Amino acid sequence: MLSKRLIACLDVRDGKLAKSVKFVDTKDIGDPVEKAREYYEDGLDELVFYDITASSDARNIMLHVVEDVAGEVFIPLSVGGGVRSVSDATDLRLAGAEKINVNSAAVKRPELISECAQAIGDQNVVLSMDIRQVPVSPGLPSGYEIVINGGRTPMGMDALAWALQGERLGAGELVVNAIDADGTRDGYELKLTRMIAEAVRIPVIASGGAGVPEHLVDALTEGKADAALVASMVHYGDYRVSELKQYLHDAGVKMRMSW
Amino acid sequence: MAVIIDYDAGNLRSVQRACAEVGLVAEISNDPARVRDAERIIFPGVGAAGAAMRSLTANGLDESLKDVIASGRPVLGICLGCQISFDYSEENDTNTLGILSGKVVRFDFDKPELKVPHMGWNEVRPVKAHPLLAGIETGDEFYFVHGYYPEPADERDVYAISDYEHDFACAVGRGNYFATQFHPEKSGRVGLRLLRAFSAWDGRL
Repeated sequence: MLSKRLIACLDVRDGKLAKSVKFVDTKDIGDPVEKAREYYEDGLDELVFYDITASSDARNIMLHVVEDVAGEVFIPLSVGGGVRSVSDATDLRLAGAEKINVNSAAVKRPELISECAQAIGDQNVVLSMDIRQVPVSPGLPSGYEIVINGGRTPMGMDALAWALQGERLGAGELVVNAIDADGTRDGYELKLTRMIAEAVRIPVIASGGAGVPEHLVDALTEGKADAALVASMVHYGDYRVSELKQYLHDAGVKMRMSW
Repeated sequence: MAVIIDYDAGNLRSVQRACAEVGLVAEISNDPARVRDAERIIFPGVGAAGAAMRSLTANGLDESLKDVIASGRPVLGICLGCQISFDYSEENDTNTLGILSGKVVRFDFDKPELKVPHMGWNEVRPVKAHPLLAGIETGDEFYFVHGYYPEPADERDVYAISDYEHDFACAVGRGNYFATQFHPEKSGRVGLRLLRAFSAWDGRL
């Protein structure tokens, strides 16, 4: 039986690890390669690196980070942040990323998803969606809207419709990131996660808001997600990866328990 | 020294890096002569069966691979490499290499909660001993990403099974040829253990 996955997301800025609270006020918290290695040895199932670097100069630093991590960590490695073209995606793949996350650039130009799927395979294209809750309206019937630019720019696109379009265009997986919950530690947006997980036939990763282990159980059961993404819970040493997996296992969630 | 066959079937550097981690120097090559002369071969791949077969046959890599297998040297297939070693794949309705007998079929479920591809970590249960599965224990999980799975015609070729709604063969082989549907290069320590065993394997059972 397929296990649920625990994924850790590392935000990288200028080659250093950062963690945002509601997408603003990012602070540096250490060396990404060292953290990646630590989580890998502690049983992490998958790693995501998100490049939040603003300047293009620092893109090469990111490629080096990916290369260093890929030489030490032998679990799936997913990288995103600023992927605008097939060549961005293939550069990251060559550096050692397994999967490529697309986000804002795909919102502006949805064909990016199909172009990447064509170039690197459907299963390696992850559509990452930043979503906020809004009043239900004719244009936003699900009550959830896609936002970009770290949550600052609402796009007037319905989140559920975008998830389905992304799947049609060839995304192999979806990250459902609830920006209202991001960094709050109040729990995942279960209603949103479940709505999308039930609508698509590709795996869904719940993201944003995890604060205590029970939140992960909720996302993987009630929220129907295939994987739960954590960041601040593990980055600041509040919880260990192995401890979270043990908690999930004890709560009856199928997890990989030997590594 | 090993050769990783490069036939435009995905990212081979992750396989190369994992080999390096276990001390196996591996060269990535699409040269049929290099492949034919290799001490041992890794035959990886992600992507679609149709394009993979076209690319393999276009420059004679399929013949080189068969020569190496006939010579008794060790060969390890991974994922798509495993799939196209059978006779036929439903994917793109493709006749494949026929190193092993049987076919490759799509996961087809009427339950929407069963996602395809089968993506993530799943248990691998050895059904009989093989030098490359030494040290793999019940409960060990490997990383899978695939929408199609092998249905070997000969039970004797099946070395391990996994389960996604139903059992399927996830490690197969015959003589000096061995192949996994999962990705040992992405499967943490147990995956590296399999690659280390491959680096030391003489191709005999």
